Amino acid sequence: MQQKSSDEVHWKRTTNLMLAHLFVWFIFGYVVHMFVVPLNKIIIPVLGFPLGFYMAAQGSLIVFVVMLFLFARQQDRIDREHGVAEDE
Amino acid sequence: MATQSANTSDFIKSLGRMYGLYTGGFLAFIILLAVLEQVGVPNKVLGYLFVFFTLAVYAIIGIATRTAQVSEYYVAGRRVPAFYNGMATGADWMSAASFVGMAGSLFLFGYDGLAWVLGWTGGFVLVSILVGPYLRKFGAYTVPDFMSFRFGGNFTRFLAVIVLVCCSFTYVTAQVFGTGLIASRFLGMDFTVAVYVGLAGILVCSMLGGMRAVTWTQIAQYIVLIIAYLTPIVILSTKKYGIPIPELTYGLAIQDITAREQEMLRTGLASAAALKPHIEPFINYSPLNFFGIIFCMMVGTASLPHILMRYFTTPSVREARQSVAWSLLFIFLLYFSAPAYAAFSKLEVYTNIIGRDLTSIRPWLFTWGELGLIQICGKNAASLDAVVAACKAIAGHPGVVRLQDFVINTDVIVLSTPEIAGLPYVISGLVAAGGLAAALSTADGLLLAIANALSHDIYYKMLDPNAPTVRRLLVARILLVVVAVCAAYTASTRPSDILAMVGWAFSLAMAGNFPALVMGIWWKRATSAGAVCGIVAGFGLCLFYLVTTRYFPGMGVKYFGMTSLLNPVTGAPIVDVAKAMALPNAMESWPTLAHPMANKVGWFNLNNINCGLLGMPLGFLVIYVVSLMTRAPSAEMQAYVDEIRKPRGQTVLQEKS
Repeated sequence: MQQKSSDEVHWKRTTNLMLAHLFVWFIFGYVVHMFVVPLNKIIIPVLGFPLGFYMAAQGSLIVFVVMLFLFARQQDRIDREHGVAEDE
Repeated sequence: MATQSANTSDFIKSLGRMYGLYTGGFLAFIILLAVLEQVGVPNKVLGYLFVFFTLAVYAIIGIATRTAQVSEYYVAGRRVPAFYNGMATGADWMSAASFVGMAGSLFLFGYDGLAWVLGWTGGFVLVSILVGPYLRKFGAYTVPDFMSFRFGGNFTRFLAVIVLVCCSFTYVTAQVFGTGLIASRFLGMDFTVAVYVGLAGILVCSMLGGMRAVTWTQIAQYIVLIIAYLTPIVILSTKKYGIPIPELTYGLAIQDITAREQEMLRTGLASAAALKPHIEPFINYSPLNFFGIIFCMMVGTASLPHILMRYFTTPSVREARQSVAWSLLFIFLLYFSAPAYAAFSKLEVYTNIIGRDLTSIRPWLFTWGELGLIQICGKNAASLDAVVAACKAIAGHPGVVRLQDFVINTDVIVLSTPEIAGLPYVISGLVAAGGLAAALSTADGLLLAIANALSHDIYYKMLDPNAPTVRRLLVARILLVVVAVCAAYTASTRPSDILAMVGWAFSLAMAGNFPALVMGIWWKRATSAGAVCGIVAGFGLCLFYLVTTRYFPGMGVKYFGMTSLLNPVTGAPIVDVAKAMALPNAMESWPTLAHPMANKVGWFNLNNINCGLLGMPLGFLVIYVVSLMTRAPSAEMQAYVDEIRKPRGQTVLQEKS
């Protein structure tokens, strides 16, 4: 019985992590770019990029890369805490 | 057994040293060729040396890693470390379209082109959190393997194979086409010959060693392609702004472009109609189509079999997740540099070509003009005289190049950057070798995906489940060659839609695979009947929309209520449907490629590249409704789904070896 509930908690936490990452993905994949016109009025100092353009060309991409490394770690921690991670 | 695993770990440990040596060797080779160029070896010889040296290296790796074991052939023995699998996926993913075409689209479309950059990177987030690691735990050899197991039966398997072949075959044809294009341009070979030479290069890598050989060659190809892509713009950025990081310095180039755009309008060098401001959004795609492309490319990434199967090769589920992160990092290196290419070339064109007196055009332009890739005043810019003559023919031409006089083929942007920057020819040869590596590596991955589905899913699982190992691998190899020759033949006929089809492949994969994959993993209640109906409905609607809008637009208008797409700026229809319908050939179709309404009609002003936007939601809906109407999957199946969700333990599917 104990085993079963641990698995259930594991899956619930996994699902929540999935939803959290999907939310960030949606924000940086879509929502930010809906505001490209006002964002383009802001110029990044020194580099000279209009912010709206920069977010689509680099900003969101950097977020995606960081997100994926973070996700791999977070999911692994969840797996370990519930004893379902693979042996090293 | 113990010795074998010791061998394996030695092999894995030595990977860093091997690929380090390889990279060093490649750099030394570039320097050697640079020296040869200085002592007067002709350009053509340098081009040949580049192409044949790199092809020979790929062939050596391919032959050295040949295998006679089933699990090595299909999933590289599942022991490719996350970091290296990331590199291999990068090469698998980045095709000729990414390497050569993307910077060109950004040049042409400015901000709107970034939809492709976003779409082709963000999809890996979905791969990692929704699909990839679970398929790894399941233990499949192919994507149809999973479909058939989860949704019981060979009919689902068969459907999944159809989806796979539909989206992969056009894609692989485009890669072979790209190989032919690069080889013919840089080696001066006949296009058809070049296609078959490229084919030979593809086959030596993938035929003998399957996934195992493809993995180790793709890593080698990634190293070549990334060095080739970054070198020219790093030099260019250093020359122009003194900082060797073009991704940071091109912001200044964008400011200069915007200033120059204003100036050209003021001085009459550009008409308001011809000028599309670089940073202005939604002037080439309407917001719906802009975000539609991002969404379709992202979800398509998470549904393309040749990408998903790369994550079957990692030693563990944990490493599968890390590997997706590495993949995106390696892909990111190229994609965040592409807008820099576009900005630097655009600035060069705007300042050094537009507004120049016709007689002082720089000569690098004419080599591309001869090939018909650059036009000035409506004629190929083959020589100074040709340009002057063409412009004289236009009434009231001021004698300087205006923006509306200048047309450049987008493929030229990356390939001509070394010349624009005034770099030695060795850099041009390097770029050609890089483009070739990009096309070959993607073609290898795709060919393997198709041949594996046919040999493993159709032949072994459906036709002859008792086939011995030797015969299975023989069939796999024969099918690989057959598919490759078909692709080369199709490419050699130069089909006009080939590049558009790459975009379509994403939408088709998205509509056919994504709902069933996601529901199969995340919803235990999804049933076989639900999946079958969902795949048929989603994939069917997507295919219908594509085929109708592209090949049967007359019928689309007459029977299915399609209307003209709208101009994103003015909102006016881009084609006069009433007039086109009155033409005698309005209802003609398939062979009439030049139909006036082709690709220009649709529902909801939706570009047909975004057909997945119609198919995928329908797929989800149908799977949901039909699943609830049918009996829940057996407790046994639900237990299997639980197993897939936990990384620990045996894979669900066990291959008897």
